Amino acid sequence: MFRKKNYLALGAVTLLALLILSLPPRVTAHLKLTIGSLFLPLFGLANTTQQLPADLADSVLPRRELFQQIDRLRRENEQFKAQAIQTAAIARENDQLRSLFGWQQQAPWKLKLANVVMRDPANWWRTVQIDLGSRDGLRENLPVLTAEGLVGRVSSVGLTRSQVVLMGDPNCHVSALVENPAHDMGIVSASGPLDTSLVDLTYLSGSASLKPGQNVITSGLGGVFPKGIPVGQVVDSRPVEFGLYTEARVKLSANLGALEQVWVLFP
Amino acid sequence: MNVFRTILILAAAFLAVFGEATLPVLHHWLGAQADLLPVLMVYAALNADIATVSLLAVLGGLWFDALSANPLGISILPLFAVGFVIYLRRDLILRELSFAQLVLGTMASAIVPVLSVLLLLTAGKQPLLGWGSIWQWLVMTAGGAAATPFVFALFNWCNRSLGYQPRIEPNFRPDREIRRGRI
Repeated sequence: MFRKKNYLALGAVTLLALLILSLPPRVTAHLKLTIGSLFLPLFGLANTTQQLPADLADSVLPRRELFQQIDRLRRENEQFKAQAIQTAAIARENDQLRSLFGWQQQAPWKLKLANVVMRDPANWWRTVQIDLGSRDGLRENLPVLTAEGLVGRVSSVGLTRSQVVLMGDPNCHVSALVENPAHDMGIVSASGPLDTSLVDLTYLSGSASLKPGQNVITSGLGGVFPKGIPVGQVVDSRPVEFGLYTEARVKLSANLGALEQVWVLFP
Repeated sequence: MNVFRTILILAAAFLAVFGEATLPVLHHWLGAQADLLPVLMVYAALNADIATVSLLAVLGGLWFDALSANPLGISILPLFAVGFVIYLRRDLILRELSFAQLVLGTMASAIVPVLSVLLLLTAGKQPLLGWGSIWQWLVMTAGGAAATPFVFALFNWCNRSLGYQPRIEPNFRPDREIRRGRI
């Protein structure tokens, strides 16, 4: 049953696995990106295949409908222009007030759009990969968000793509505050492996008075996520450890199950 | 060694890992993604040689880990453990029977994720685990079981259609022809 060849294979594979596992994290990260780049041609092929039906649908869209879309988009554009003027005025006022109080000026967000190219094939992690890398200026720990709210942070960066660890993954902790009169603060951490829309808000004070529907935003503490990014809304809360602290379930604003495009935020 | 079979198995593993990462249909509907590598390992262990089993474990594991947040190399050992045990016992297994293939596919799909998670915990990592993980494990097991007959049928068809078939020797040999005399 145990021939020499089998012994050799067993020894070689075990040794190789242990050798790879014992490599320094920096080398492993480079190796991961190198091996992952083998899939790049397939990513291109998949993108083209996914784009094809959309292109076909666009080409057969009636002219009348296109004009309607243009009209609608033009109206939306006008609305956004008006809102932008109003926002600029508010920002100017904010800057003046900040300078009066001697507070530090807030830098405007710089955003870069990225496509989500794949999800983590393992069920015990919650990560995605995006098509921006170090050549686009990305680096580790940059916040990633959608128009709805916070998505996660960049965890590792390759030349052309990066890994984003999503909210609800054990490796993504976010300091957040509840928009209530007490501004209760806690840490957003992993919830369960099944529901991607729920996370736990832990380490809230024992006296925290949370109500369902209250908004949760990033607190700005920790230096990774700027203050004010929407995280989600409180679903329910319960005392933990005999009332030592409170824990709440938060429904995330961003739909992590259907991510297609995300914004990477540059400070 | 049938090189064609090895290449076919490795190509299937490559595509399986890519498909798991880019087509989250099962994940979307059932909350878990099925893994085809254990099923491929069962096929390799029953039909190929130990070199193919080793190659599939190493390359399949590395491809899987490269696209996931797993530490690189953590998936090699669970895959190889399952493949190696089946390979050692394959002479005792009725491997042509669909039922035996199904049982092995189910068992491999159930064991590999458990071993992977145990290794992750041993390595000090904190994977996302909870009561929902049992459901995910059941989906992975059932997914692997459901895929097993298709994987075997596909590989058998590919081997028949594209692979090198050994030449069947006829029973007739000129040197063994009995030349009869007149009587």
